[in-house]
Amino acid sequence: MPWFIKTRSERETKNKLKDDIWVRCNSCKAHIFKQDFINNLNVCPKCGWHGKITAYERIGITLDSGTFKEINETIRPSDPLSFTDAKGPYTEKVEASRKKTGLNESVVTGTGKIEGCPVAVAVMDFRFLGGSLGSGSGEKILLAANYAYDHKIPYILFSASGGARMHEGILSLMQMAKTCAGVARLNEKKIPYISVLTDPTTGGVSASYAMVGDINIAEPGALIGFAGRRVIEQTIKQKLPDSFQTAEFVLEHGFLDMVVQRKNLKETLHKILSYYNR
Amino acid sequence: MERELDFEKPIFEMQKAVEKLKSVSGDNKENFEVQLGELEKKLVERKKEIYDNLTPWQTVQVARHPRRPVFFDYIKNIFTDFIELHGDRCFGDDQAMLGGFATLGKKKVMLIGHSKGKDVEENLARNFGMARPEGYRKALRLMKLAQKFNIPVITFIDTMGAFPGLDAEERGQAEAIARNLTEMARIEVPIITVVTGEGGSGGALGIGVGDVVLMLSHSIYSVISPEGCASILWRDASFSPKAAEALKITAKSLYELGVIDEIIPEPPGGAHTDPQKTAEEIKKVLLKYLKKLSSLSTSKLINKRFEKYCSMGKFTR
Repeated sequence: MPWFIKTRSERETKNKLKDDIWVRCNSCKAHIFKQDFINNLNVCPKCGWHGKITAYERIGITLDSGTFKEINETIRPSDPLSFTDAKGPYTEKVEASRKKTGLNESVVTGTGKIEGCPVAVAVMDFRFLGGSLGSGSGEKILLAANYAYDHKIPYILFSASGGARMHEGILSLMQMAKTCAGVARLNEKKIPYISVLTDPTTGGVSASYAMVGDINIAEPGALIGFAGRRVIEQTIKQKLPDSFQTAEFVLEHGFLDMVVQRKNLKETLHKILSYYNR
Repeated sequence: MERELDFEKPIFEMQKAVEKLKSVSGDNKENFEVQLGELEKKLVERKKEIYDNLTPWQTVQVARHPRRPVFFDYIKNIFTDFIELHGDRCFGDDQAMLGGFATLGKKKVMLIGHSKGKDVEENLARNFGMARPEGYRKALRLMKLAQKFNIPVITFIDTMGAFPGLDAEERGQAEAIARNLTEMARIEVPIITVVTGEGGSGGALGIGVGDVVLMLSHSIYSVISPEGCASILWRDASFSPKAAEALKITAKSLYELGVIDEIIPEPPGGAHTDPQKTAEEIKKVLLKYLKKLSSLSTSKLINKRFEKYCSMGKFTR
């Protein structure tokens, strides 16, 4: 074989090595040392672009160390429609996602403390089937809300999701009603519900629990919206500006209380909770 | 001549034969009477057979039939004394979502529904039944009014979905729907929902959190349109029939999945062949459930609604 042709595996090894050391910022395209990126909470140190983080990483940087207790971690998807698409059965996708992420569903739920304040939390993980809302995720979000209700503690929910999970059809749609019913009940006991919208929060998740926080907070640059950009462009036959459906756009239109950098989120949450006088 | 759907061809051919026989005049007419009777009987049977065995994709076509009754037909054929109430008190008056006081038999109710048009002109004015945030906010305002007046809410769902436009996003389409889901969970009067045509995702659910959810037998209700699903999961919209099947969007499937409470039968040939009869069937079922729900105390009603939605979904523990 000529020296200038690299085999696939050689190329992959080299790329992987590169990936191990470098990260490319999605926004400013700068190459960043991976360790610097991680130390900066997956935020680009050059331009402030917020990359995605996993549910457990989020819990790690939000809750007081050692206080997190997970609940309902065994809930996982079943296949109520026996759904198969062009790429194969839903069950295979679920298994691949479980294997890849070590998670059972697209959301991790539990309890913990923020600067000593007890809270119930639900944190979505985009890696698990695009953070999609399925029956299992809906159940976990509801049960965490119910825990907050039973124990009269604030509920904090971090969204990261493309929307409802098509593979569970109408049952996914019904999770929107189910989770909202859970959140709505918190009002009866005047329990605060804080929604943190991270990149991305779209479709059925934006059109349910994510948008109805007593306080809505988003991370900078997060994609937040109902309909997909392409669908809207087709409808109005116009190109949309880059800033469309960003956290800043949604803030400007009055649907967010604030946009907060990741490194300041815990402190912000604590400050807000400190006003809860019960 | 009305446009026929592919699977309706045999029906239309038989109908033509019947017309032909009917037009025969003169001495032979009596000889044909028997034949005509038989043919007409067969026609009804064939219609029923075809319509009882529609594929999901064919059901989609019936649910979207251009002559399918729209909300206005149901208002006219089921209710009396409709007093339309306008506006969301925030931005405008969405013509894709209508509502107001109405009387059902002797019962006073608040009636709300997606409003498709009958022709292109009306559809343009009503945005093809695709509501904007102000539509959902108007609906919620009327539900809260119903709560104040202590009358039940009846909602009619028939929409491709909430309108996906720039203005709708700017005014918070997501928030408007989310707010409705949240508030409807706690509204202190009975809510009955009927899916009459297309139940298009969040845009449908935005007025669909009922104590009782009903579907006409050839309506559909889905998390995403078959076309949308096909273009995402099959990367080709021509797979829509396949997606329609996989998504389980027919009334029968939803009943089996425990999402709806009852299927309201349509006349053979679909609602568009006999809007009056369809309306009567809906009215009968609405009255039945109104009576049932009115016996519940407010707290029981809300708890039952909460339990209903909490139990939705299937997963492994």
